[in-house]
Amino acid sequence: MAEKKALRDVYGEVLVELGERDPRVVVLDADLSKSTKTEKFAKKFPDRFFEMGIQEQDMMGAAAGLASTGKIPFASTFAIFAAGRAWEQVRLSIAYARFNVKIVATHAGIATGEDGASHQMTEDIATMGAIPGMVVLSPSDATSTRAAIYAAYRYHGPVYVRLVRPKAPILYSEPFEMEIGDVRKIKDGDDVTLIATGLLVHEALKAADLLEKQGISVKLYDFITVKPLNNEALRDAASTRYGIVTCEDHVVWGGLGANVAARLSELGLSRPMRFVGLRDVFGRSGSTEALYEHYGLTGKHIAEKALELVKNG
Amino acid sequence: MVPNHNVRIEELKEIARKLRIDILKSITEAGSGHPGGSLSAIDILVALYWRVMKHDPERPDWPDRDRFVLSKGHAAPALYAVLAEWGYFPKDWLWTLRKVDSHLQGHPSRKDTPGVEASTGSLGQGFSVAVGMALGLKNHPSKPHVYVMLGDGELDEGQVWEATMAAAHYKLDNLTAILDFNGLQIDGPVVKVMDTSPVEEKFKAFRWEVKLIDGHDFNEILSGFEWAKSVKGKPAMLIAKTIKGKGVSFMENKVEWHGKAPTREQLEQALKELGAM
Ligand SMILES: Cc1ncc(C[n+]2csc(CCOP(=O)(O)OP(=O)(O)O)c2C)c(N)n1
Ligand SMILES: [Mg+2]
Repeated sequence: MAEKKALRDVYGEVLVELGERDPRVVVLDADLSKSTKTEKFAKKFPDRFFEMGIQEQDMMGAAAGLASTGKIPFASTFAIFAAGRAWEQVRLSIAYARFNVKIVATHAGIATGEDGASHQMTEDIATMGAIPGMVVLSPSDATSTRAAIYAAYRYHGPVYVRLVRPKAPILYSEPFEMEIGDVRKIKDGDDVTLIATGLLVHEALKAADLLEKQGISVKLYDFITVKPLNNEALRDAASTRYGIVTCEDHVVWGGLGANVAARLSELGLSRPMRFVGLRDVFGRSGSTEALYEHYGLTGKHIAEKALELVKNG
Repeated sequence: MVPNHNVRIEELKEIARKLRIDILKSITEAGSGHPGGSLSAIDILVALYWRVMKHDPERPDWPDRDRFVLSKGHAAPALYAVLAEWGYFPKDWLWTLRKVDSHLQGHPSRKDTPGVEASTGSLGQGFSVAVGMALGLKNHPSKPHVYVMLGDGELDEGQVWEATMAAAHYKLDNLTAILDFNGLQIDGPVVKVMDTSPVEEKFKAFRWEVKLIDGHDFNEILSGFEWAKSVKGKPAMLIAKTIKGKGVSFMENKVEWHGKAPTREQLEQALKELGAM
């Protein structure tokens, strides 16, 4: 088994590195610094850390104000509160004004687990992606999280980074740099394409194993950048014989898959597709594993969808 | 069912002791959850459900019932222990808390659990729902009363003050709020994270009637609720001084017991202190 690490632990470490090299970096949190891991930065740079209490909306507005003074604010809380509760503050105060604010949210998706639907943000790719000019990043492991946070830092403009709560196996053994828009091709093949993001990249890998055992060759993409969509990667993704399965811990309505399908259609590259995700349902309490099984988000489920494409093909 | 004034204080204490045990067992079984804020709230919930509120476990949708909204939804284990003891659902459900096929969600879910009036867990929201309930019940012939419990960290949320203002504007004297004033939130003490003081004066300035009580003294809790019901033309707030983790020595006033489950050994020690073994 690959070594595992929580993406938010990496976020905490990278924040300290950024704090050391750039005095403009400031951090805001809303009474969740132990969970989002911004507490590391808070201990090291108490003067550049702003504890906002349980005030997500106020925090986003304050982040905009800080950005107006030349700071580079990183605002963190759970995804449900960043991309749900404070959505309109993000839209108007940050994105419409085009302030250089990084929103790094943890506990995205049903992977959040036992806390249940109230705490599982399964609509943030839709809500944040819908905001004009907002970049949406969704890394899958420790290495890609590091790359994503650095890319967000180097980019000038609003960025939303979607992190999950559980530890994830380390997928990329070598550190790499990325820019906004980059995605990673993990496998090349010519029968079916799997496009996955976040924790579901690991499930898609399991699916690829199952499919390859049956002689089906798989192309697998890790969409670290969900928005803007990478047209070049999509052209390549559309080149497989039987079509595409998209995989996300998010509702399918307005999610990665829906956006991929729309873009492919616009490019004249429509392919038969299947969409693994939540289908008009809320999450519920349970372990991540039990929930992925319950909602059909496991490697086995992804492989089943791919097999449907092969059979119909 | 009308409130039963024959339940003596000694019995209330005994019920609360037993429910503390249920809370800790259910959280330990779940492997996650929020013991601190459940233990600070439980005495008030026991007073409400055994002496103050009219409610009927046989008819959770009885239109004449009083309502209780747990706006600090993370204290769900306390509410579940109360509802199970009353028979809103089988006691066994407590040991399924937070599991994938359970009726008991990590935070209160109205559609999943009989007796849960509002879906909460995102702080600040339950208070507004309670204001709406009080508005809707204002002219109800049997005059149901609405109770809502807030956390002191929860007061950080702007929505709380919007609801506070609306309740006074509409003169909701059928609404009583209870503040679980335990002095702690997650990142530390309330005064350090986001100083909300002076709390009493703030609510008074928002045109609420306010009374301070000891949230672990049943005499004070009960007289507090009696007073709250007697207030006319305004909503009433009980600021209940409480101890986070109350009843378990190693949890009391410890911020780290906000949101983690005890180990089996810690549970055993806690149960010993609560006289369960
Ligand atoms: C809107 C929102 N933001 C953040 C959280 C995460 N959270 C859960 S409990 C809590 C602290 C609550 O403190 P307090 O209200 O004092 O509760 P108590 O001490 O009674 O447990 C926080 C920040 C949440 N549930 N909802
Ligand atoms: Mg508190």
